[in-house]
Amino acid sequence: MDKVMSNRLVAALYVLPALLLLLVLIYIPIVLTGYYGLMQWDGIGAMTFIGFENYARLLHDATFWQSAYHTFLLALFSALSLIGYLMIALVLSGKIKGANLFRKIYLIPMLLSSVAIAQLWLKIYHPSNGVLNTFLESVGIGNPPAWLAEPSLVLYALFVPILWQYAGFYILIYYAALKNIPESLVEAARIDGASPWQIAFRIKLPLITEVIKVTIVLAVVGSLKYFDLIYVMTDGGPNGSSEVMASYMYHQAFRGFDFGYGSAVGFFLLVICLVVTWLLRKATASKDTIQYS
Amino acid sequence: MRKKPIAMLLTLTLILAVFLSGCSNSGSDGEGEASGSGSDGKVTLKFMHLWPAGSSAQQNKLVNEIIKQYQTDHPNVTIKQEVLENEQYKNKLKILSASNELPDVGVTWAAGFLEPYVKGNLFAPLDDLLSGSLEGKFIAGTTEAYAVDSKTYALPIELNISPIYYNKDIFAKYNLQPPATYDEFLNVVKTLTDNGVVPIALGNKDRWTGSLWYMYLANRLGGDALEKAINGTGKFDDPALIQAAAEVQKLVDMNAFNKGYNGLSNDEGKSEFMNEKAAMYLMGTWELPNYTTNPDVPQEFKDKIGFFKFPTMDGGKSDINSWVGGPGVGLFVAQNSKVKDEAQKFVQYFVEKWGESSVTEAGVIPATKVDTAEVQLPQLYTDLLNELNQASSLTLFADVQMKPTAAQVHLDMIQALFGKAVTPEEFVKNHQEAIDKGN
Repeated sequence: MDKVMSNRLVAALYVLPALLLLLVLIYIPIVLTGYYGLMQWDGIGAMTFIGFENYARLLHDATFWQSAYHTFLLALFSALSLIGYLMIALVLSGKIKGANLFRKIYLIPMLLSSVAIAQLWLKIYHPSNGVLNTFLESVGIGNPPAWLAEPSLVLYALFVPILWQYAGFYILIYYAALKNIPESLVEAARIDGASPWQIAFRIKLPLITEVIKVTIVLAVVGSLKYFDLIYVMTDGGPNGSSEVMASYMYHQAFRGFDFGYGSAVGFFLLVICLVVTWLLRKATASKDTIQYS
Repeated sequence: MRKKPIAMLLTLTLILAVFLSGCSNSGSDGEGEASGSGSDGKVTLKFMHLWPAGSSAQQNKLVNEIIKQYQTDHPNVTIKQEVLENEQYKNKLKILSASNELPDVGVTWAAGFLEPYVKGNLFAPLDDLLSGSLEGKFIAGTTEAYAVDSKTYALPIELNISPIYYNKDIFAKYNLQPPATYDEFLNVVKTLTDNGVVPIALGNKDRWTGSLWYMYLANRLGGDALEKAINGTGKFDDPALIQAAAEVQKLVDMNAFNKGYNGLSNDEGKSEFMNEKAAMYLMGTWELPNYTTNPDVPQEFKDKIGFFKFPTMDGGKSDINSWVGGPGVGLFVAQNSKVKDEAQKFVQYFVEKWGESSVTEAGVIPATKVDTAEVQLPQLYTDLLNELNQASSLTLFADVQMKPTAAQVHLDMIQALFGKAVTPEEFVKNHQEAIDKGN
């Protein structure tokens, strides 16, 4: 086997399929998107080169910045929700009754497709026959809001299913990381008289910091490019009050026939994702990894 | 050890099989197209449409019957269908045209939707058919919506007008008559809200639904002011267009629409009417099957449904027989199709056959003339077809009249208007800016 791998030609041959896929499906489209962003193009007719006009327009586009604000709000909430997931994972990884069952319950939303989740929550939020408003009315709240039609509420109403959708994923990651901590460390701490709180915050959490960092990046970048539930549930409305960057890109390109501008938005979104990821890595970089052994 | 080579061999076979089947598939596709005028005369036509068997069962059945019949009559022709749901269809059409791979025959909308495709030289003109065998078959004024620079690029197969459907039971319960004037209409709305009944079902997440209301109000108040403002011969700051927007917000203030309408899709809004929670519903005649032939809707409900024309307004410039509506979808032939002649023949055949049986079989009113005396139709159809014959004018849906970018502004503004996020003055100002940009 070693002999085969040392043959450069064979190694290249093995790498080639994956490399081709990456190139064709990811890197070439990225370059092309950046290129289309320099064009005025309705997606059908001829392209006209207009330089950085699309990008200049982007910087002064109030609707875009509003959607960017919504996107960053989602990223913030996603990052904050990680604290909750971590708590749940800590509890589940302790030896409590039914931990196995709870773990599965939390994981179920992840198994559903986004569209199914969207349909489910559309029914929950329905202004007159939805589960939520029926419940609110039955406990005496006279005129509960129409959740997805109120511009001031719609974004937060959407955050609930979006965060719920990914809860299981992060809980699973944390759970696995916590289970990986050697039992002997916890045992030793307990013998030394550490309280459960101390064990959790002084022993367990420091040991999984690397995992926590990765999940922060995943959550933030995932939120920045978020699209599906919003597209199905509100389509960015009403009046653009739930528009995020990805849905704005889609609307510009496919609804407004402005593929040049849509591409510019898409490319800008990529740049934002890269910068944010880099900043996050920088901010969370630590000199030495913590080890107790 | 002995197992491994076998496993390897199996994997290899599998990979090869996938590869080969992929290749052979595309190979035969190419062959079919290339042999359009070949010696053996075998022709494959690709036909893309938007009537899936699930959501448009009756149309789908009719399409399949027509295709089957055509293939029997023309044994050398094979028609390959690709079926997508409305929104997906629109997206796919755009993507296919970007790579110049449109199907030989497909479905398109009129005016503003069609224009970029024509400018991109993707659709073939069909005037030969119009002045040939299909001459005089279409209802006057329907094919014009598909014309750019006096050439017609698609043939309409649907024609719709939009009445207000109402629930006779609810009206009878509160002693209400179908209104003929707008004041009477407002009175109906008020009586219903006073009694805790939702007057109007609306799902305005889709936005074109609210646009129907605005269009009618603009039409009743200002006649063709809206059309003029859209085509540039008029301006959006016409007092009638501002007042129409104010009337919409007056209805909103009266709680005329079901709760949360801006967050509900048309289907969700419609269900308020179908569940008899709302008394009225303004929608195109494509809804008629639900009140007549659709076997999934209970007969008791169908019997309760009537319609009235959008009421006239005091001092308005239009009469009650002026309708919002127009041709729906039409068939196009791709400019770069290798089998253009066959495609045109198929389009002609399709339009004729569709015209003969679409009302009776699918409940779709065709853009070709229908003899109401000759076919047995549910009463609601006969009434509406007769109304259509008396129509004084047909105003094409605003988002279809406008070019795509302006249409998006219009639709967004409609949602904002209904949500009271803009004033009527801002509403018309934004429209004027979008039209002035000219794309």
